[in-house]
Amino acid sequence: MSAARTENASVLSHALKDALLASIVAFGLFILLLGFLIGDARGGMGLTQRPALLASVIGIVFVGRFLISLLYYNAPALRAALTRAWTAILDLATQYKTALVLLVVAIAIGWIFFAPAQWPLVVMLVATLLVGISLGFSAAFLVFAILFPVAFYDNPYYLGIAIIVLTYVMLGWGLNIVVGLAGLLDLGYVAFYAVGAYSYAIIAQMYGWSFWACLPLAGLFAAFFGILLGFPVLRLRGDYLAIVTLAFGEIVRIVLLNWVSFTNGPNGIGSIPRASFFGIPFNAEENGFAATFGLEFDPTHRTVFLFYLILALALITNWVTLRLRKLPVGRAWEALREDEIAVRSLGINPTNTKLTAFAIGAMFGGFAGAFFATRQGFISPDSFTFPESALILAIVVLGGMGSQIGVAIAATVMTASFELFREFEQFRLVIFGFAMVGIMVWRPRGLISTREPTAYLKERKTISVEHVAEGRG
Amino acid sequence: MTNEPILSLNALTMRFGGLLAVDSLSFEAKRGDITALIGPNGAGKTTVFNCITGFYEPTSGSIRVTHDDGKAYALEKLPDFKIAQRVHVARTFQNIRLFAGMTALENLLVAQHNRLMRASGYTIFGLFGLPGYRNAEREAVELARYWLEKTQLTDRADDPAGSLPYGAQRRLEIARAMCTRPVLLCLDEPAAGLNPRESDELNVLLRSIKHDTKTSLLLIEHDMNVVMEISDHVVVLDHGKKISEGTPEFIRNDPKVIAAYLGVDEDAVEQAEAEAGL
Repeated sequence: MSAARTENASVLSHALKDALLASIVAFGLFILLLGFLIGDARGGMGLTQRPALLASVIGIVFVGRFLISLLYYNAPALRAALTRAWTAILDLATQYKTALVLLVVAIAIGWIFFAPAQWPLVVMLVATLLVGISLGFSAAFLVFAILFPVAFYDNPYYLGIAIIVLTYVMLGWGLNIVVGLAGLLDLGYVAFYAVGAYSYAIIAQMYGWSFWACLPLAGLFAAFFGILLGFPVLRLRGDYLAIVTLAFGEIVRIVLLNWVSFTNGPNGIGSIPRASFFGIPFNAEENGFAATFGLEFDPTHRTVFLFYLILALALITNWVTLRLRKLPVGRAWEALREDEIAVRSLGINPTNTKLTAFAIGAMFGGFAGAFFATRQGFISPDSFTFPESALILAIVVLGGMGSQIGVAIAATVMTASFELFREFEQFRLVIFGFAMVGIMVWRPRGLISTREPTAYLKERKTISVEHVAEGRG
Repeated sequence: MTNEPILSLNALTMRFGGLLAVDSLSFEAKRGDITALIGPNGAGKTTVFNCITGFYEPTSGSIRVTHDDGKAYALEKLPDFKIAQRVHVARTFQNIRLFAGMTALENLLVAQHNRLMRASGYTIFGLFGLPGYRNAEREAVELARYWLEKTQLTDRADDPAGSLPYGAQRRLEIARAMCTRPVLLCLDEPAAGLNPRESDELNVLLRSIKHDTKTSLLLIEHDMNVVMEISDHVVVLDHGKKISEGTPEFIRNDPKVIAAYLGVDEDAVEQAEAEAGL
């Protein structure tokens, strides 16, 4: 009896000590952040003290920490109960999977009756769900993307976000060739995006060529720059490679900024020709898209077209990557990521292998850049800064290096949440940081961290991540 | 068929700064033979291998490989991947270097890269799945299947190479080298870390490579059970110099070799050198 009381007392004192320690840390952290406010006062700057705010924050930390250590860390029974409850919920969900799905479908159908205006959205969700159940996650993603403009035709804001998301999906897939497959860490990928965008803008303005003629050229120029970057960095690995690619990205941006006669410098290039529907412009005139197809003029036509354009470009990127993985060149990329010396011993030319990875990755960056230019109608070096490269790389790393669907999910989450949470401007980077830390703790190799083999004798077994190398450059 | 030796080294020297790792080494490996390169630790065996396979550029001397059709290649000036690509010299590594995250089958397909690359029209035909490439890929899988069977790895074909047990990884590395269709296969300590049963199986495998393919073998080995049983010719290195060569029986009884391995006092070395006329 007395032993139990002693134990209780020790638990209590332990929790108190823990909470006190946390409060001291909180005091140190917040005294300058919250305790003082520099602001206008009569006759200049003034310092306002906010002891009440500081005290309440520390109070919250103290109580919160006390409760956590008391209830959670020192109460195995409670922890077990929580775990049991969670397992039970998961079990129920798996057991009644079909019922759950039917419930969602029923709600969706109900929605149609009560809100008839929403039917395209419901159709999209139901179709996505059904395809997802029968054909898997990738197919659901595709159906969702194809039906998206149907569901959100009236909402140009969401369409705009979707276009941005798809641009980053494409960029992520392009960089995935270099980083995920070949294992070459590239921190300057945005340079190729910039080369593609400027190639399109300049060629279209100087020669008046159409988007469809400029698109392959933009890809070619970007691929050329990929080889240009590839040559000097062939011997570099890991951190050294990362630094040089970072510098390359900056060089391209600074050249764009300072070569005023060619790129118009910091003022950027404006009134870039818009993409046309295979020669038919999107305008209200007689030879415009709406008139040609007997529709009423609507500016959303162009947005929807741009959506399907970037969707097609992204899907081409995906298709080519998936094909290349099963071809000798793709296998050589992955082998290079695993062990470069062994690659050499098998008579594979490492130079060519690396250069093709850089060139093909850059080419897709260039396509995306040309699309970006035609969508925006205006480009300037400000759009191609290092944080952009970092974002694309973060998409590839978070998605799981080498995994196509993982990259698509990561691109969606990162860019869409960035746009949707625009109101919380100040906290966006904090949330971003927490997400990064969370991923590094729970899924250090990305969301989808398994590798699909490219050939099999009897059965296709997914390869778990501990065997797969990350590449040292 | 030419009677030229498949591999001949002439006054090969490799110097790392002040260290003379290989000192004017000359020897020949006959076509169709298993030639063993032995010597105590640090004798320079792996350095010789790295020179032959192009991972090091020798300081001086020549390395010549002569093909069946009489065509000769000077290896000392070729970079590593060209030696494997053009001269068809394949190698394995002392510390296994497999593509751990790729399956055993994929490892063997990567080894057939150059042939498949040509068949895929340098990726362009392959991208659109033209039949020429598909046939080539089927052939490549067949060759891989043959070597998987030979190395008793068929059951593990779809497992990642990194998950295979040690002995299987050694065998897979040999299978991968054989998939490049080499004329000369260089094995760097293939029996290291194998148990007696596995090293017996290795003997069987190496003998069958010798008999069933036209590949000549050059191996570095410490396991005398393997060396004495399968090699036709043995070259002994110590401190970068050749101290003896001959048949396994001859080497087994050569006092200089015994001295190099077991170590003797200075007087005995001088005496042995005087006898050998050095």
